[in-house]
Amino acid sequence: MITDDLIIIVPEIILALFAMLALVGAVYTRKDAIGPLLTWVSAGLLALMGVWIAVNGDGDNTAFNGMFVDDGFARFAKVVVLISAAAVLAMSQDYMKQRGLLRFEYPLLVVLAVVGMMVMVSAGDLMALYMGLELQSLSLYVIASLRRDSVKSTEAGMKYFVLGALSSGLLLYGASLVYGFAGTTQFAGIILAAGEGQTSLGLLFGLTFVVAGLAFKVSAVPFHMWTPDVYEGAPTPITAFFATAPKMAAMGLFARVVHDAFGGVVADWQQILALLSLLSMFLGAVAAIGQKNIKRLMAYSSIAHMGYALMGLAAGTAFGVQAMLIYMAIYVTMNVGTFAFILTLSRDGQPVASIDALNMYSKREPGKALAVLVLMFSLAGVPPLVGFFGKFYVLRAAYDAGLAWLAIAGVVASVIGAFYYLRIVFYVYFGDEVEDLDTDRNPVLFGFLMSSAALIALAWFPGLNLLGLEAMALSAAEALLN
Amino acid sequence: MDNLLSIVTFIPAIAALILLVFLPGNGGANAERNAKWVALIATSITFLVSLFILAEFDPNDTGMQFVEEREWLLGLQYKLGVDGISVLFVMLTTFMMPLTIAASWDVKTRVKEYMIAFLLLETLMLGVFMALDLVLFYLFFEAGLIPMFLIIGIWGGANRIYASFKFFLYTFLGSVLMLVAMVAMFADAGTTDIPTLMKHTFASESFSILGIHVVGGLQTMLFLAFFASFAVKMPMWPVHTWLPDAHVQAPTAGSVVLAAILLKMGGYGFLRFSLPMFPVGADVLTDLVLWMSAIAIVYTSLVALVQEDMKKLIAYSSVAHMGYVTMGIFAANQQGIDGAIFQMISHGFISGALFLCVGVIYDRMHTREIDAYGGLVNRMPAYALIFMFFTMANVGLPGTSGFVGEFLTLMGAFKANTWVAAIATSGVILSAAYALWLYRRVVFGDLIKESLKTINDMTQREKWIFAPLVVMTLLLGVYPALVTDIIGPSVEALIETYETALVEAAAFNQAAATQ
Repeated sequence: MITDDLIIIVPEIILALFAMLALVGAVYTRKDAIGPLLTWVSAGLLALMGVWIAVNGDGDNTAFNGMFVDDGFARFAKVVVLISAAAVLAMSQDYMKQRGLLRFEYPLLVVLAVVGMMVMVSAGDLMALYMGLELQSLSLYVIASLRRDSVKSTEAGMKYFVLGALSSGLLLYGASLVYGFAGTTQFAGIILAAGEGQTSLGLLFGLTFVVAGLAFKVSAVPFHMWTPDVYEGAPTPITAFFATAPKMAAMGLFARVVHDAFGGVVADWQQILALLSLLSMFLGAVAAIGQKNIKRLMAYSSIAHMGYALMGLAAGTAFGVQAMLIYMAIYVTMNVGTFAFILTLSRDGQPVASIDALNMYSKREPGKALAVLVLMFSLAGVPPLVGFFGKFYVLRAAYDAGLAWLAIAGVVASVIGAFYYLRIVFYVYFGDEVEDLDTDRNPVLFGFLMSSAALIALAWFPGLNLLGLEAMALSAAEALLN
Repeated sequence: MDNLLSIVTFIPAIAALILLVFLPGNGGANAERNAKWVALIATSITFLVSLFILAEFDPNDTGMQFVEEREWLLGLQYKLGVDGISVLFVMLTTFMMPLTIAASWDVKTRVKEYMIAFLLLETLMLGVFMALDLVLFYLFFEAGLIPMFLIIGIWGGANRIYASFKFFLYTFLGSVLMLVAMVAMFADAGTTDIPTLMKHTFASESFSILGIHVVGGLQTMLFLAFFASFAVKMPMWPVHTWLPDAHVQAPTAGSVVLAAILLKMGGYGFLRFSLPMFPVGADVLTDLVLWMSAIAIVYTSLVALVQEDMKKLIAYSSVAHMGYVTMGIFAANQQGIDGAIFQMISHGFISGALFLCVGVIYDRMHTREIDAYGGLVNRMPAYALIFMFFTMANVGLPGTSGFVGEFLTLMGAFKANTWVAAIATSGVILSAAYALWLYRRVVFGDLIKESLKTINDMTQREKWIFAPLVVMTLLLGVYPALVTDIIGPSVEALIETYETALVEAAAFNQAAATQ
């Protein structure tokens, strides 16, 4: 029954309808003047959907003959995507308005991208996968180049588009091979074809291309080239968005493809993922050392973090998926806080992205400086902060799966990476006096910065136990793997 | 009181939180004075409460005492407890911290943050000595890097940035390997509970990795991973190079904490993890560690001889004294381990006091160059006396606590490896050479330097800081049973399990080989 199918995708339908109606409405009314209002409404709606899915979702449902899967795993990923997208929209309000960037398309494109992500993590079929991925990507290409009068921003959008199209091509090529050799586009069918003892070479060939396309979306090395440029060129709130929701969605999709469609040939993709993970951790750690621009630095930081998340996924076990989900949830929390901080940095009304502008920040803003300290040490994975527990989970997963060498490489990379996070702490606490930054009194940014730092600093306490994240990720991982 | 240990551990952290939340930031002189008093009172209360632990502690019970347990993440536990090996380190920490805070009374910059950093550091150090869960231990062990990094980086000397980064990255690299080993132990034993792991037998069949034959198998690998961490922390030659830099650049109180307490975490780790959990691994590498200790003692003593910076000289002397500790631990007999623990406790008092001695004249002259001083005895008789006392204790003069530790460790080592003991004994002479020569150049001679002619002797506050240290050094020197009675039974139990495990592993491997 079509109505049964539609009920399952109600959240997606609501968001898509909202985006389209608002788009039409805005065009025929006051255009950009209602941008701020639309941003708040979109943020509210996204957050509402997140809460709704978290509270209401139950059981394993499939719609449209298995093309769309609504299980615990999809819901976990969707909640993280929705809440982080809402947070980023709420944070971007002031920044975008001050710089004349708050066009009405912006929140709506974000909403559409989120719909794409929701389809991605629910995909049960190569067609649904591609549909979600393209809906997300096309929206992201446009918002990356939202600042039309800036060379860097348009360059970022252009680069992202060309490389994104290339990766989509790779993925499509792989998908066509998989379809050709498996005879079906449904994951449920592919896993049967791929698990029959002797998997055909063509299918593995297709798998490799699909993985390459997905690795581009999570910006894993060697498909990471676009990340620093796009992070630097895009307006900062949009960079914040890139660093959070799409990463979670892409990792979710990644997990879905490798487990739902290729769960029978773990050994074949495990080596690819382990290598991607290894390269990402090291490149992310080493390349960020020389960065002077905090946005580029965060780009390399996110590459490294994707390496750790992939380590969890490379384990190929339910515990690995659980570790990956926990890692991503923690990663997103840390990034929301860090970008809330970066958004407050400005001098004479102009955004500042250079790290040395942070010199002696702690003298002027002791509270915020402490929050930054917490976030940086957490990103570096120093206990007792929550970032350490993320690393501990993925290390455990990798070791249990026999990837001890990857775990050792991971901790070595984390020491190298610690250097550049410490460097930010160094500027904030030990640096020389420089020209003051503007004092920012934006309560929204302050709230996000402080609350994410507080979560990171305290959520590990016995009794709080990461606020139940572990159990949620566990049920999500079990939903994916059975 | 069921949760005495938690109370002791978290009093300083709560005081830090109070400072953070209730005292206005960068306030005037009032706020600074309040911050100092809050810190001093909190650390003193911690010490007083910790006396209950010592009073209630039963030395003849070799198991864990005052145990408290709570569920945590991932099957981990929040579990604290002390036994004969750890209880004195807890006491050492709570004893030293009020003195450290009192010694920092003249800090001028960012007083509030300074006190918060030290209070948090105390909580983390106490946690290290009490934690009975692997990951909880790691958490406290590593987290201590954050406040120490800030203490060196913000309140340190001219080259503090280099020193703070080196300190952090060096120790971080050492301990992440331990993290992987902990993951491996968790996977192997299915628990992170330290008392259970001490009874667990890790596989010790030899295997090959990448063509390298590993005698002792998994145990040796785990031992090496833990060794990487503890050897850096200790620090052992040749991975000691971060310590002189960190000591020289750290503020006086930072050096005191570093020398008196943080270094002991390495030795404690060896006793808590390396010996009981990986006896075969330890046995395989005992000779290596003993020789490394002997080299450390002689080499760093020689290096100390040529130092021109007082703090650097004492830092190298610390490395040499820690050499006695590792030698005693890996001698793996009663005298050796008793001596190692004794040496760690006594070194806590003596090296702490020596760094305070340097701090006293540094506060007046703002230089640590030995050449900048000379003839201080003329203007500072009280200082000359106290400095003399601790110099002698550092040398190991009988009657001071320094002698007992050195003597016991040498005796233990002599039983285990005569050559190592013979070479290490030359360190006793060398330590007399550098320590007395330092004393001669700084305190004796004519007062010819223009700048020193107006220097003042120690204030009442400074004298009171030294008083407890003098008492403890003398007391332990003339009546060492105070310590050995407490640690004795636990050490005996440790050695017994160590030796049984070795015998069992040898029998098991032989049986496996004959099959």
